[in-house]
Amino acid sequence: MNLTQQIVNAIWLGGVYSLFSLGYALVFSILGILNLAHSAIFMWGAFIGLTVVLRLNVSVWLSIPVAMLGAGIIGVILDAVAFAPLRRRNAPRISQLISSIGASILLVNIAQLIFGTQPQRFPLGSIPAESIEGLPFRITPIQIIILVISIVLMIALQFLIRRTRIGQAMRAVAFNQQVAGLLGINAGQIFQITFFLAGALAGAAGVLFGLAYNSMTPFMGDQVALKGLTVIVLGGLGNIQGAVVGGFVVAGLEVFSIAAGGSNYREAFVFTLLFLMLLFRPQGLVGEAQQNRA
Amino acid sequence: MDFFRSIGITEIVFQFMLVNSILGLSIYLTLYTGMFSLANAGFMAIGAYTGVILTQNFDLPLGVALIGGMILGGIIAIPIGFPVLRLKDIYLAIATIGFGEVVRILILNFDTLAESITGQEVKLTRGALGITGIPKITETWQLIVFLVVVAYFMIRLHRSRFGRAMAAIRQDEQAAANMGINVVYVKNTVFIMSAVLAAAAGVLKAHLTRTISPGDFGFDQAVSILAFAVLGGTSTWIGPIIGGFVLTALPEILRDFKQYRGIVNGSILLLVIVYLPGGLVNPAGWSRLWKRLRQSPEAGENHART
Repeated sequence: MNLTQQIVNAIWLGGVYSLFSLGYALVFSILGILNLAHSAIFMWGAFIGLTVVLRLNVSVWLSIPVAMLGAGIIGVILDAVAFAPLRRRNAPRISQLISSIGASILLVNIAQLIFGTQPQRFPLGSIPAESIEGLPFRITPIQIIILVISIVLMIALQFLIRRTRIGQAMRAVAFNQQVAGLLGINAGQIFQITFFLAGALAGAAGVLFGLAYNSMTPFMGDQVALKGLTVIVLGGLGNIQGAVVGGFVVAGLEVFSIAAGGSNYREAFVFTLLFLMLLFRPQGLVGEAQQNRA
Repeated sequence: MDFFRSIGITEIVFQFMLVNSILGLSIYLTLYTGMFSLANAGFMAIGAYTGVILTQNFDLPLGVALIGGMILGGIIAIPIGFPVLRLKDIYLAIATIGFGEVVRILILNFDTLAESITGQEVKLTRGALGITGIPKITETWQLIVFLVVVAYFMIRLHRSRFGRAMAAIRQDEQAAANMGINVVYVKNTVFIMSAVLAAAAGVLKAHLTRTISPGDFGFDQAVSILAFAVLGGTSTWIGPIIGGFVLTALPEILRDFKQYRGIVNGSILLLVIVYLPGGLVNPAGWSRLWKRLRQSPEAGENHART
């Protein structure tokens, strides 16, 4: 077992997991709901990217912003269809969880109808596949680019939330929707922006995941859906920095359990960790205890 | 009977309708107590595998296998329920999803795990391919009897002191505790009952489908079970039965549109939760929807806000 190699694998995979989970965490932190259709948007992002590359013959890199835009729009539609009507009625959070499950089934099945169930690939030669020479471990350019894009997007999100007016409004709505409304913030609009951002992040993660494994099916979201849950639980639900940390922890756990010969159990490790976290530290690895959780 | 057959509801479809109603009732018990648990697919898997191993490897009759599966499901629910039921809504949902996945992965790897411990070749759960060639020995009348017994149990439960305590906990857990209800006891007992029922449905269903594999009991199955109860409504025990019937029969009635099956299922779940939050069996919900449709859009908006 080459330790450096495992660490390298864990880092780039962690980048994708973190990027995917950021959208989960973002929606949870602003709206307090768990959007289980997030993984379906992730899959749609990958397919939008693929379609752009195949039909318009553009480079793989240009497909990323297009996929982000497309996935963001799907996010906004999702909000309008599955969440906004329930919000208006003040429905319990569980109803919104169920409606997101319904939306997820719908999105996956529409994709199945359009793209079929066979695995699809980016065209040969569009992704640089040779690993870089002269390093003590194996890494391909695409893995480095995935990591760089993930980190750039994470920093951009952090900047948006901490330093801009929109971010300020988002935090205000998250803190208290009613008071934010009294201060002239249009909460509905903030929710739409939140869903757009979450969708865009999922779309980017989808394309990157597709590039990394170069195999896309309408069910690819299943591979990350529940891992994303573990990631945000590790980070403390709704904690955005926590989700970044959680992504790398889950990727590390997975990579090292494969390296240690337990590839059959790697998911069992991940879900056992999820289970134990909820029981013993529901506030996450870095968070502070809150009353309403346990 | 001919009418039902002509629209696609054959005997085997009817049998699945009955089994799915039992599954709907199993999650109904926890939902009725205000617990959002998605562990039922996991308990169903435990029941299914226990039942099949008992009938196939030990040549026991279905009745014994049914009881065996129910007992094991109930026993496993005890240590799971105690820590997990301290969690609430979304946290409970996530933890029980995690439980379901761990069960699925353990069944998947059970043989290799047992081989590494005992040092002998073990062929019980047969890995990812699952167990095939299970005889189809569950009869329709057995399913009907079982469902009737469960329904009778539900009626008795709702009228009992324990059933009232369940409803009280759903309304307000703190208030229920203040009234002297032992919340921990009620919640755990309900969780065990729910697990026993899911395990029973697992045993019965395994002897209908002829094959079982760990993939049959994943997150999708947990969501389907939830959909039966949500579609039917969780205010009475009739709801999940109707929900199980409708959601199982509908794809068969619409079998000409097979490729749209998932789209129909997803849309139904979405439409019901948005427009009929109480489910199909909920007169108040229907009359509210009727009023909203008859009123002008603006008035409907106001109504929705109040």
